[in-house]
Amino acid sequence: MTNTETPKAAFNPEDMTGRGETTIWQKLGSSNTIWVGVILVGLVVAFSVLHPGAFLTLFNIQELFIQLCLLLLLAVGMTFVIITGGIDLSVGTVLIFSGVVSAEVMQGLGGGDATNDGIGLILVGLVVSVAAGGLWGLINGWLVAYANVPPLIVTLGSFGAALGVADLITNGNDVRTVPSALRNTVGSGTLFYVPYLVIIVAVITLFFGWLLHTTKFGRYTYAVGSNPEAARRVGIPLKKQLMLVYLLTGLLAGVAGFLSLAFFGTTTVAGHTTDNLNAISGVVLGGTSLFGGSGVLLGTVFGTFIPQVLSSGFVISGVPPFWQPIAVAIVLVAAVWFDQRRRQARNR
Amino acid sequence: MTENTGSEIALEARNLVKRYGSVEALRGASFTARQGEVVALIGDNGAGKSTMVKCLSGAEIPDSGEILLDGKPVHIDSPTAARELGIETVYQDLAVAPDLDPAANLFLGRELKRKGILGALGMLDKKAMRQRSIEEFARLGVQLQDTDVSIGSLSGGQRQSVAVARSVVWASKVVFMDEPTAALGVVQRERVLDVIKKVRDTGVAVVLISHNMPEVLSVADRVEVMRLGRRVARFVAKDASLEDLVGAMTGALSQEDAA
Repeated sequence: MTNTETPKAAFNPEDMTGRGETTIWQKLGSSNTIWVGVILVGLVVAFSVLHPGAFLTLFNIQELFIQLCLLLLLAVGMTFVIITGGIDLSVGTVLIFSGVVSAEVMQGLGGGDATNDGIGLILVGLVVSVAAGGLWGLINGWLVAYANVPPLIVTLGSFGAALGVADLITNGNDVRTVPSALRNTVGSGTLFYVPYLVIIVAVITLFFGWLLHTTKFGRYTYAVGSNPEAARRVGIPLKKQLMLVYLLTGLLAGVAGFLSLAFFGTTTVAGHTTDNLNAISGVVLGGTSLFGGSGVLLGTVFGTFIPQVLSSGFVISGVPPFWQPIAVAIVLVAAVWFDQRRRQARNR
Repeated sequence: MTENTGSEIALEARNLVKRYGSVEALRGASFTARQGEVVALIGDNGAGKSTMVKCLSGAEIPDSGEILLDGKPVHIDSPTAARELGIETVYQDLAVAPDLDPAANLFLGRELKRKGILGALGMLDKKAMRQRSIEEFARLGVQLQDTDVSIGSLSGGQRQSVAVARSVVWASKVVFMDEPTAALGVVQRERVLDVIKKVRDTGVAVVLISHNMPEVLSVADRVEVMRLGRRVARFVAKDASLEDLVGAMTGALSQEDAA
């Protein structure tokens, strides 16, 4: 047996030079991301053509983006978690918890009413909110990575506990004294028609896209989800990586909690309880595998938009909006089914 | 008859003892691997091969005994410590990340970062890693149709070749291969054995753990046999027969000087 008989499968540098590097487009094309993008664009085009002057209006687009902002932050963290092969059911209630703690601290420091306070107190509120989210992230991460409790159970626990603590703190009543300086700028301000909220979330999303796709942290996130044993054997700090991924998801939920205060001007303790499922659907629709190891953040962005575009389009089209969850459910199950088949074909 | 292979000793274990509770897995076992040779470590199930490999690759710490690398005593207390000393292990259960491409797997845990501030921020130099892996695969004769697809979509033999390549690229002294061809077909097995020979020719010591006696005799330069937690025989492969190996493994044949 020699290696001189090398048919077209031969592997040598000369053959490779013509191929060039994998471009971002090739990578997208080989994943499901491009197809999710095509579906999204198709939906937008379809609704725009069916209802010219109703769907693609500045107001509708702004509305769409604003409604998606907070959810997208949760979905970005969820993408990392799902790539490690985990799940985080607690993101929505951690958002509430962070907002509540932040609002209470601002209210307390503002002497019972923070409505007229300025930038100093607002920054304190931001730090408190992010730290409160990070605290839940650490709890989730420690239990998953070091105590070896399955993520589904850990985050189901913190899903309930975070809301419970938030309700205990507020006695079930929303805190409504959010500084108006915060509401008027971050909450409702715009820059050339683009809401500040959207800009902030876009910058954060770009940063995490960079983190996931170009850094060692991102590479380790994939490795841990793809084969934990292989990652451990090559010396990747498996537990630390898992811990950090849950931590950053908590931090993102904390940021979302603060932005939620800015936008709604209140703590919304009764909302956000299905945010976790919406974030998971967005991530999975976007082509990230629930089995871990693969996924693209741009896919998550597309996947998060699709349900909202459907809702908005159905409302404008006069279709009962109750069809939206049904349509999303069908696409979601189909997406996981295709992923499952792809994996079975691979492990033949 | 066993000391005439000439080359320097790369890794040596002397009188290793390892107990698991009341079970003595190694009872004063010794082992020698020389530079630029393939040495097969064989023995029946329970003879202590795996424990020996674990002790030498940092997965277990022996209770007593000495380990010498290039003649100097070393303390190998973790797989990371072993890797830093230039000792790599290929596991039989394909420890690769199936969702990552071959280059990512080759550099898994040893990623190259960009220069300057971007590198300090943790940004990977994917281009350099890709280029380097193309060169390494070519050097080792690993044939892949496509370097950009995930390892999971490659055949079992190609996956194992990448796993082997990953270890040998980084091994400057010793590579342990635990049944590297166990799950492979005939052609794929030949490919992996070719890679093993190429590695040996670079001066690295290759330790092959295998149950396949004809394979051992065809690829190994020397054979060390373990039985009941000790080394019981050493052979030069070209002078040994299948009967010799089986005899030593079962206790029918033993060499006084081997232990």
